[in-house]
Amino acid sequence: MYAQMVKTEAKRVKSREEMTPEEAAFQDRIEAGEKIEPKDWMPEGYRRTLIRQIGQHAHSEIVGQLPEGNWITRAPTLERKAILLAKVQDEAGHGLYLYSAAETLGVSRDALIAKLHDGSMKYSSIFNYPTLTWADIGAVGWLVDGAAIMNQVPLQRTSYGPYSRAMIRICKEESFHQRQGYDILIKMCLKGTPAQKAMAQDALNRFWYPSLMMFGPSDKDSVHSAQSMAWKIKINTNDELRQKFVDQTVPQAEYLGLTVPDPDLTWNEDKGGYDFTEPDWAEFYAVLAGNGPCNRERMAARVAAWEDGAWFREGLMAHARKAAKRGVAAE
Amino acid sequence: MAEADLFEFLTRMGDNTLILGHRVSEWCGHAPVLEEDIALANTALDLIGQTQLWLGLAAEVEGKGRTADDLAFLRDAGAFRNLLLVERPNGDFGQTLMRQFLFDAWHHAMLSALCQSADPRVAAIAEKAVKEVAYHLERSADLVIRLGDGTEESHGRMQAALDDIWPYAGEMFLADATDAAMAEAGVAPDPAALKPVWQATVGEVLSDATLTAPDTDFSHKGGRIGIHTEHLGYILAEMQFLQRAYPGAVW
Amino acid sequence: MSSEWPLWEIFIRGQHGLNHRHVGSLHAPDAEMAIRHARDVYTRRNEGVSIWAVKSDDIVASAPSEKGPLFDPSNSKVYRHPTFFDIPDEAGHM
Repeated sequence: MYAQMVKTEAKRVKSREEMTPEEAAFQDRIEAGEKIEPKDWMPEGYRRTLIRQIGQHAHSEIVGQLPEGNWITRAPTLERKAILLAKVQDEAGHGLYLYSAAETLGVSRDALIAKLHDGSMKYSSIFNYPTLTWADIGAVGWLVDGAAIMNQVPLQRTSYGPYSRAMIRICKEESFHQRQGYDILIKMCLKGTPAQKAMAQDALNRFWYPSLMMFGPSDKDSVHSAQSMAWKIKINTNDELRQKFVDQTVPQAEYLGLTVPDPDLTWNEDKGGYDFTEPDWAEFYAVLAGNGPCNRERMAARVAAWEDGAWFREGLMAHARKAAKRGVAAE
Repeated sequence: MAEADLFEFLTRMGDNTLILGHRVSEWCGHAPVLEEDIALANTALDLIGQTQLWLGLAAEVEGKGRTADDLAFLRDAGAFRNLLLVERPNGDFGQTLMRQFLFDAWHHAMLSALCQSADPRVAAIAEKAVKEVAYHLERSADLVIRLGDGTEESHGRMQAALDDIWPYAGEMFLADATDAAMAEAGVAPDPAALKPVWQATVGEVLSDATLTAPDTDFSHKGGRIGIHTEHLGYILAEMQFLQRAYPGAVW
Repeated sequence: MSSEWPLWEIFIRGQHGLNHRHVGSLHAPDAEMAIRHARDVYTRRNEGVSIWAVKSDDIVASAPSEKGPLFDPSNSKVYRHPTFFDIPDEAGHM
């Protein structure tokens, strides 16, 4: 859900009879739980869908550095500053692991970054929302990382080997991220002043629905989702994950003494989960189309970092070439 | 040696790492390439960690019940004791690297000397920090060389960065009564004694980088006695905002 | 000429006495910087005591289509595994 609404190019999922022998053998391997590795035969649609999905996930990690990075220089204690910096640095690392996984599919990192910058590839809608207060840093860790983990834990079992291994590494490293966010809010809500608690409530009010949007609109009837699930590059439906997230998060909000901003939120004994209000999907589509509160700032920051750094990347490459030439000449 | 002198010395060490760590952390999410973004964050994390140790010891020595956080977040600019060099704005990536390199070369020489400090608490911090800073220096020196001897553009930017920051380097070697007291007590070296090591490191790297140090001995000064550039006020306005806006709150 | 830094595969020895293990890849202009980047990227949590960096282009891999001929023959050599042999309990631990 760092990757939202990834298209597969499938009109419908092929039946066994319609598959070529190669496709059928490939599907057998997936169903047997085998991992697909870079040099293995794979349908072109599988390869291209994975590039889109992993690329979008990677972009989300690096754009996701920005809203939290926004508070590194304003963190309230030296320890909070170090923890937040380490956390945002991890996001850069996760972006790097994911770009590397995508590169095994025959696309370069620079090519993916170019597509992010020209708008032809997306990143998660959530990072187009602003972090206005320190409590937002708590809310991002608690809700945004919490929602991400919901999706990333099952993806450790995804069929593509390099993606699965990247997810395993990411999940291992991310285990502290959600906790650090919740820890910020515990301090503010349970040990803080009324002003701090009000700040935390305000953060939950603003981040609740955007967090629910992270899972994407209902995809129970989506061909793309069905195809991705058949390929095991998507493990659960968006609705399943969203329900799981709400069920997990509501008691955590209660522990903090915060109110989830949904008057219709009620426990449903029959389904063993909460009934809750869907987010405003019109807002979601507006954000995806570029009209979220921070889309322009986020993209401008990424493009500036890339363009302003061109001389640096070129300078180092030129030096390496010169040094290699000198090495050859010296032999 | 008066405790006040030791406090002064420790805040000089801690304020350098605090302000430079702050500056370097501003790059997070904005560096030219992911690998550098991650590497720079490591440097900033080391510096912030060292700040906790230096300012923690300063607060302990002071004995007034203040903490490292109190010193970082509740002193005004006039009480800060960092070098002017570290509060210089990041500029382009070349300016950031050149500032880092000139500082690292001094920082490493200083910490190496502090490992022999007569005060075991100072020596313990230096021993931890010197390993981190040896890596900072290796990295910044290597990048200065590569970029100096890279493309025409990278060379030009690194030379401009050197010209820009050079007048802020000399402050590292100025001594006052505090330094004399520290040297007398064997707690810290005479700053001037670090200059030959620094000059040797810097001279060698600049030569490999095909860069030329400006031919001037002029040096800005004032940071170590609390007279700063205009930049520090803005750094503190940002860094201390929450502690100032919500007095007494815990985070 | 492209200024994209070449890709390197990174192998890390996690503890003394263990094999180097592939941990992932990264971009760097040359070998020396690949090692430094690996230190910064892949040992943030104290994971390593030694790093190898190999240019991805220099890795020679077996082709998946040869998987059968390469690996199946060893399937039949079950006698290479200790469990192939029944040792009477009376003989003691072996």
